Amino acid sequence: MDQFAGLYNYWIFIVLMMIGFYIVMAQHNLIKKVVGLNIFQVSVFVFYISMSKVEDGSAPIIAEGITVYSNPLPHVLILTAIVVGVATTALALALVVRIRDSYGSIEEDEIEAEERRREKHF
Amino acid sequence: MKNLRAMSKRRRREMQHKEVLRVCSKLLIPLIMLFALYVQFHGDFGPGGGFQAGVIFASAFILYALIFGVDVGMKVLSPGARRFFLAAGLLLYAGVGIAGMLFGGRYLNYSVLLQDPVAGQHLGILLIELGVGVTVAAAMITIFYVFANQDESE
Amino acid sequence: MIFYALLTFMVVSALALLWLRNLFAVVMLSGSFSLNAAVLYVVMDAVDVAFTEAAVGAGIATVLMLGTLALTTSHEKSDPGVSWPHFVVVVVVGSALIYGTLDMPRYGDPMAPIHQHVGPDYIERGPTQTGMPNVVTSILASYRGYDTLGEVTVVFTAAAGVLALIGRRRKKKNKINKRTRSGERS
Repeated sequence: MDQFAGLYNYWIFIVLMMIGFYIVMAQHNLIKKVVGLNIFQVSVFVFYISMSKVEDGSAPIIAEGITVYSNPLPHVLILTAIVVGVATTALALALVVRIRDSYGSIEEDEIEAEERRREKHF
Repeated sequence: MKNLRAMSKRRRREMQHKEVLRVCSKLLIPLIMLFALYVQFHGDFGPGGGFQAGVIFASAFILYALIFGVDVGMKVLSPGARRFFLAAGLLLYAGVGIAGMLFGGRYLNYSVLLQDPVAGQHLGILLIELGVGVTVAAAMITIFYVFANQDESE
Repeated sequence: MIFYALLTFMVVSALALLWLRNLFAVVMLSGSFSLNAAVLYVVMDAVDVAFTEAAVGAGIATVLMLGTLALTTSHEKSDPGVSWPHFVVVVVVGSALIYGTLDMPRYGDPMAPIHQHVGPDYIERGPTQTGMPNVVTSILASYRGYDTLGEVTVVFTAAAGVLALIGRRRKKKNKINKRTRSGERS
């Protein structure tokens, strides 16, 4: 049981990830799906950054008198990932606005019903 | 003066809130831009860099458009200028890479840009972060204005 | 400790996001969730990442979502309830991931494999070769400069994509909107 004490925070991040995953799959509203995707992304990033922390380390900015630094490489990767994530969110929201223009609603079941109605007419 | 007194007390309070917002934002917006420039150029010595500076700079423009109206905001930064800065940052980045090749090294090798390799690295990183900051700021401003302009044709 | 308090806040916010139906509250709560993550990054010594997450996640993403809400509705229509097949899938995937973490080194271990090869090398070489104390910026712009070039291209493409999708004026709404608007909508 002792070794699980250091893994407990990874499990909390996995719980967060699964909450975000459930929101993306099961909620009908498109904006809520985008928010769920955001939660999923943030939990993945926190998981990565938690792997880079070194005990009693400090931020990876070289200064006098500090010997132990946290690993800077995951920070760089996650910095890129955060910016790519916001670009994806912006495009997803633009798509939501376009879907609202075409179908008149942003609920998934109404959109599917409208789609089936239009297919029957062709 | 007569109209102001004739209005109900609640409406007068609402108009006063608009005054507070306008005065505070006029004080804050130059400080926000100055802070964005500080974060951009001090990215080497503390936390910061191109992305953070670009987003903070864009937020100054977004605040201006939120308070004073989107049409006034469009006049401050025209669509042509936004498109120019969007592309210019990326071209600056790629151009620094090509300059590395022209001076004899490989693509994106900054050590050959100046006589001293360390100074060359410093110059290369400064130019690259500038390019990143300009593109990110222009992209965020563009995306916000596109979203804000949608209501006008209703 | 503050680390576990922040984690609890994040889990509670995520569960509240699942149950809330007022979309305005959902967007605001997602902004506060991002700010919570930014504070967590500072606790884990990742100051550059915290700066970016606070500016981007709690700032720009919230503004864009509010803009989308202004162009669409502000209330979720109906409560779908708990969807059991999706819940089973989520539990299975979560257990598989937790089983995968049993091999990982514990949190903060200095002897973990991730800290043995490239990380300390960059910390030693970075300040002398590039002349800047911030190791993250020197890796981002010099040692891994290609990734940053790709990232700036992605941001440019996103702006171009949004311009292409909704850049022109919206066309007139077709008849389905008028019917739905007078029909069930509140």
